[in-house]
This record gives sequence, structure tokens and C-alpha cells, in this order.
Amino acid sequence: MKKARIIGTGRALPNKKVHNTDLEKIVETSDQWIKERSGIETRYISTGETTTELAYSAAEKAIINSNINKEEVDLVIVATVSPDSYAPATACVIAKKLGLKNPTAFDLTAGCSGFVYGLTVAKQFIENGNVKNALIVGVEVLSKLVNWKDRGTCVLFGDGAGACILSASDKNGIINTFTGSDGDINNLLHIPGEPLDNPFYKEEKPLPSKISMEGSEIFKFATRIIKKSVKTVLKDSNYTVAQLNHIVPHQANLRIIEYASEKLKIDLDKFYVNLDHCGNTSAASIPIALDEMNEKGLLKENDLIFLVGFGGGLTWGAALLSW
Amino acid sequence: MVFEKVKEIIVDELGVEEEEVKLESNLQEDLDADSLDIVQLAMEIEEAFDIQISAEDQKKIKTVQDIVTYVNENK
Repeated sequence: MKKARIIGTGRALPNKKVHNTDLEKIVETSDQWIKERSGIETRYISTGETTTELAYSAAEKAIINSNINKEEVDLVIVATVSPDSYAPATACVIAKKLGLKNPTAFDLTAGCSGFVYGLTVAKQFIENGNVKNALIVGVEVLSKLVNWKDRGTCVLFGDGAGACILSASDKNGIINTFTGSDGDINNLLHIPGEPLDNPFYKEEKPLPSKISMEGSEIFKFATRIIKKSVKTVLKDSNYTVAQLNHIVPHQANLRIIEYASEKLKIDLDKFYVNLDHCGNTSAASIPIALDEMNEKGLLKENDLIFLVGFGGGLTWGAALLSW
Repeated sequence: MVFEKVKEIIVDELGVEEEEVKLESNLQEDLDADSLDIVQLAMEIEEAFDIQISAEDQKKIKTVQDIVTYVNENK
């Protein structure tokens, strides 16, 4: 059985970098408050770059970085909660624009776990011998879904895209995954869709149209699930925490990562953090981080990397892989 | 004793001195806890005493006494 191995990464971020002090002019907040609560200093915000454009750009870089021919990509998964259209799916559009050869292509909605869900799905295709090279993208333009009057949320989110090529290989790759959900029927983390609206029925009360989040509840969920994911994935794979070279968590909040580091008794240095300059980019956060690490030469062959996404759904997705 | 254990947890989580932690101490005003500190504190209390603190109940907890009372009523 072939293994699913990451052989290339890429990322794309909007041009405009927005600092906390820029947000002080938009909502009642402060650089100090944002840094203390979340660790975020800047985030990239689109001034015209669409979800599709960012996804395309990250994908293109990942294909180049992987050294495969684009015609060899036979599966495209785009994890996003902020597509430009429900139809065509972002995956279909970028597959066409990249000149890929009619791959299976679909968007995947799993909140901030989207990228790891995507890796997990592609891994099944690859290990079953149905796919040779999967392009997986995590992309968000959250700035179009954020309520810019809500100082509790608008300071946290950013835009961007990350991508990877997951390839069928005889070398080591994804060793184990752990995904799951706990349905959020109380709107702890909510991004509404289209309200009912037809000639026979129209919603009386307008539904909220932007992101809303119960921060404390999500914090609790996130810290607990990181701990559970590490334990579960390692237990089933015969590796120990000490053997992990890198932990790449979803980049939601530094306080979550610090608390997880404390509870798991893992040095904070092992956790890769880039939320300080990227903010929370939901499904894009983990692949953006991976590409930064790759570019910086932080990833050595055979390094054990633990990815853990968690968020809207509520969902979680963790993966242990060998670089 | 519940207060002693709660004090220990507060010292650990909030990084304050033991002498600063009194029953009347207000978590945010006297002990400098922000909203996320309080969430973490609640999680530690839940684990230490094997209880659950709902989101609503958490919002009502303002002082150290509130924590001690809650633990005594729910353990």
C-alpha cells in the first residue's frame, strides 16, 4: 500500500498587512488588548484578492515546489468556509485555471479543521490506489464574513491561502489521523448561510449575516481537543510526545497554544506559531504555517510533525506525519 | 480544604502571590485576571474537583468566595 506523503507546499497572502493600531481607528480596541488576549499583532486583509485567486496562487506554488507535472494531479480539495461561489466549487475553478487534467475536484467545509480533514480524505484516495497526487488547499477571505463592528471578533481573523501536494509514495508520509465532530447546535461559532427567501416564504426576522463566536466556550473546547488529539494519535501510532519534532496547531490564539503546551508538558518551542503576523485564517492557517516552515528550512527529512486543527462545526482534525 | 486548593490553583494560573488571594478578592479587579484567565481557571477547578461549570455559571463567578461556594455546592 502506498503512503500519502507531502512533497510540496505553497502559500499566498493578500498584499495589505493590517496592524492592531490600524484597527484602533475602526473599533474600540487597543494593540495591548489584542496582543494580550490573542498574541496577534498583524493580519493580512484582502483589498481585492478573492478566495479563488489566493487559492490559485498557493496551489501554483505548491505544484512547483513539489516538482511534479501539473497533469499528474488527479484530486483537488479546497477547504474553505468563504468560497466566492457555491457553484462552481473553488476546487473546480482553480483546477481549470491551473491547467490540470480534469481531476476530481470539490470544496470541503470543516471550519478550521478543513485542511486536516482534506489531508485525511485525500489519504484515503491515495492509500486505496485511486489517486496519485492530491492538491489540498486551505483558503479563507474571512474579512468578508467578519462583523467589522464587533471588536470581539474582527480583530482576530485574517485572509490567506496555503496548499500542499500529497503524493502516493513508498517513503513515509501520514502515519495516523484523528478527525471528529461535536455538532454546534448552540451557535458557539457561527457563520450563517442564505436565509429562506422565495415567493411563498420569507424570513420575518433577518438572520445575522456575519461571524459570531462564544470565545470562552471555544477556548475550552480548543484546549481540551488539542490534548485529546495528541494522546489519541500517539497512542494508536506507537510514538511518544518526546519524539515529535514540530507541532503545528491551528493558529487561533496564542493563549490556547500556551495552555496546551502547559497541559501536555511540551516545550512551547515545539509549537510553530505564526498567528502573530497572520492572525486566524481558519482553514488556511495550518498550510500557511507548513509552507513558512518549509521555506525557512525548519523541516528535515524524517521529522515527525503533528498537525491539529479545531474549530467551527465543532470539528477537529489531527495528523501525525513524517516529512 | 476547598479554599486552600482553590488558592493553590489561582496562584498557579494567575501568577499572583498566595497572600494576595483572599476570599473577598475579585478575580478581575484584584487579581488582574482577564476573560481567558477565568476560563482557564474554571477548567483547572473543574479538573481538580471533578465538577462541571457551565458557561452561564462561569459568568456569575466574580470572587474567590464565588468559586469556593460553587465547588462546595457541586462536588
